[in-house]
Amino acid sequence: MATLELSGIRKSFGAVEVIHGMDLQVKDGELIVFVGPSGCGKSTMLRMIAGLEKVTAGEISIAGKRVDHLPPAHRGIAMVFQSYALYPHKNVRGNLGFALKHAGVPQKEIDQRVNTAAEILELDPLMDRKPKELSGGQRQRVAIGRAIVREPDVFLFDEPLSNLDAALRVHMRVEILKLHQRLGSTMVYVTHDQVEAMTLADRIVVFRDGQVEQVGTPLELYRDPVNTFVAGFIGSPAMNFLQADGNGHSVQLAGAQVCESNAAAGKLQLGIRPEHLTLNEDGPLKGRVSVFEHLGGESFVHLVLPDEQTLIAKLDGEYSFVPGEKCTLAIKPAHCHLFDMQGQKLGDKVRAIDAA
Amino acid sequence: MLVRERITSTGIHAVLIAYSMLALFPLVLIVINSLKSKKAIFRDPTGLPVGEAFSWKGYASVLTNSDFPLYFGNSLIVTCVSLFLILLFGAMASHALSEYRFPGDTFLGLYLILGIMVPIRLGTVALLQLVVDLNLANTLTALILVYTAQGLPIAIFIFTEFLKSVSREIKDSARIDGLSEYRIFFEVVVPLVRPVIATVAVFSMIPIWNDLCFPLILSPGEETRTVTLGVQQFIGQYTVNWGAVLASLSVAILPVLIMYVIFSKQLIRGITSGAVKG
Ligand SMILES: Nc1ncnc2c1ncn2[C@@H]1O[C@H](COP(=O)(O)OP(=O)(O)O)[C@@H](O)[C@H]1O
Ligand SMILES: [Mg+2]
Repeated sequence: MATLELSGIRKSFGAVEVIHGMDLQVKDGELIVFVGPSGCGKSTMLRMIAGLEKVTAGEISIAGKRVDHLPPAHRGIAMVFQSYALYPHKNVRGNLGFALKHAGVPQKEIDQRVNTAAEILELDPLMDRKPKELSGGQRQRVAIGRAIVREPDVFLFDEPLSNLDAALRVHMRVEILKLHQRLGSTMVYVTHDQVEAMTLADRIVVFRDGQVEQVGTPLELYRDPVNTFVAGFIGSPAMNFLQADGNGHSVQLAGAQVCESNAAAGKLQLGIRPEHLTLNEDGPLKGRVSVFEHLGGESFVHLVLPDEQTLIAKLDGEYSFVPGEKCTLAIKPAHCHLFDMQGQKLGDKVRAIDAA
Repeated sequence: MLVRERITSTGIHAVLIAYSMLALFPLVLIVINSLKSKKAIFRDPTGLPVGEAFSWKGYASVLTNSDFPLYFGNSLIVTCVSLFLILLFGAMASHALSEYRFPGDTFLGLYLILGIMVPIRLGTVALLQLVVDLNLANTLTALILVYTAQGLPIAIFIFTEFLKSVSREIKDSARIDGLSEYRIFFEVVVPLVRPVIATVAVFSMIPIWNDLCFPLILSPGEETRTVTLGVQQFIGQYTVNWGAVLASLSVAILPVLIMYVIFSKQLIRGITSGAVKG
């Protein structure tokens, strides 16, 4: 059990800086998720915490102790990799016990810890198999088991589910969540998948190009994104961004007044999530349907506004449209986001105009 | 469609069989003639060693009248030690080149591989001088050192390609488990590239075992002759003991054959797989 503190972390590969100064405090027992598009430095950050890459500047502390000069084995961390990284010539039991054996832990304790991990992850029937005789999901369970037996202060996961197929991914996601509840350990989890981030995280750190864009609980990020990047990254399907005009107290879109805000002046971007749009004859967003997607329980309407801007609305499965049909949408109250043309959030008080 | 496939397959096999026969013919000729009397060898070179033609004489003179067992031992020592050194240093150097970034790594990599293009025989005179200066003339050590140097470039070339494909995550995982860099190499990387090691071993062994040039120049002494050199004693200026020459050649084929049988499964995998997968 331990806290993790990062302060002023920078990382350069040669002349290229890929992490531009990062500060973060992870509380004891917290599951923190690094999320961001691929290539933004998440893995590099995680590898620095693990000690596999040196920090160029900054400090890392685990459980209050500075660790950035220590080799990986002495930092009290365990890491689970995307490719599982099991030792192919050792069986499951050998893989699980390898680190302990190497550290000189007595055989009796090794057996006990390995058996506990095997029980938690339901690996008992597989103990004598080699990694190549296991399915992807089983391999990932072994990889997680290998981390558990080390009883680390901090667990590090680098996209552990991205090699699995969709159904298994959902299943393993739940497993990891259960594991976190059961062990109560501090965990840092890297993913590029915002759904994984939303479902797993106590807090999410959104990365872009080696910089932290926003840190917060999943709901904070969903409800109150600080810029268009975070707003577009969190939530699926992504938030609609529309060019609109502000006149000091309200926002005009395609000739209609859509919401009120004192911060709105001049050109700006209006962000509305697809799920915050409803069908309403009196609503401010009038347009024509370009595409209609039916998923059974829900449906997506792609709407073209009179000024040629498009947006997507998520509706119940009971509706049906044909392309070209007229459609009018209203915004659910209190769900408008305003951003300036640089993508930064504008003002706090935004109120959608009630369709009345 | 099926017929065409069958014709193609038959064609391929015909070519392969023809090639095998061509390649094996000299070997078979050596082996059958080594079991014949001298007269029979010349009367009917392609005849089988049956009836009157059959004779153990060649083998008898090789095993009793000469120092052949000594030569055989010398060859074995030189080949095994050189092979061990080539594999050990070759694999370790390649691991370093593919795993670590350090100043001058590209240059060092090129330097180590340069030996493929520059035949070591070009430096024979300088080598002889060096060996004499080091007081290593007429020792097996001289041969071992030269063969190790000769075998390393191609070994490093092959190893580097394969070691680059060993997953970085598995090495990192071992680092987190607390293994030293040496143990990562021996306990994680080496087991992963066993087929490649077998391939390099076979490719490196054959030229060493068969070499005549360096034993002749560096250690022609009675005590340090290798098999290929030892065979020459049966080839006199006026008479050649063909039975003995062929018998010693037949015996000399054995270790290569045994080695091939041991490694063949790994060897085929090493050649065909291309990638090292866990
Ligand atoms: N060993 C390395 N040498 C040079 N550049 C690297 C190295 N590792 C990562 N990078 C660069 O750092 C950036 C971040 O990479 P990474 O942390 O792997 O991204 P992510 O995990 O978020 O997809 C990328 O632009 C990548 O090219
Ligand atoms: Mg990554």
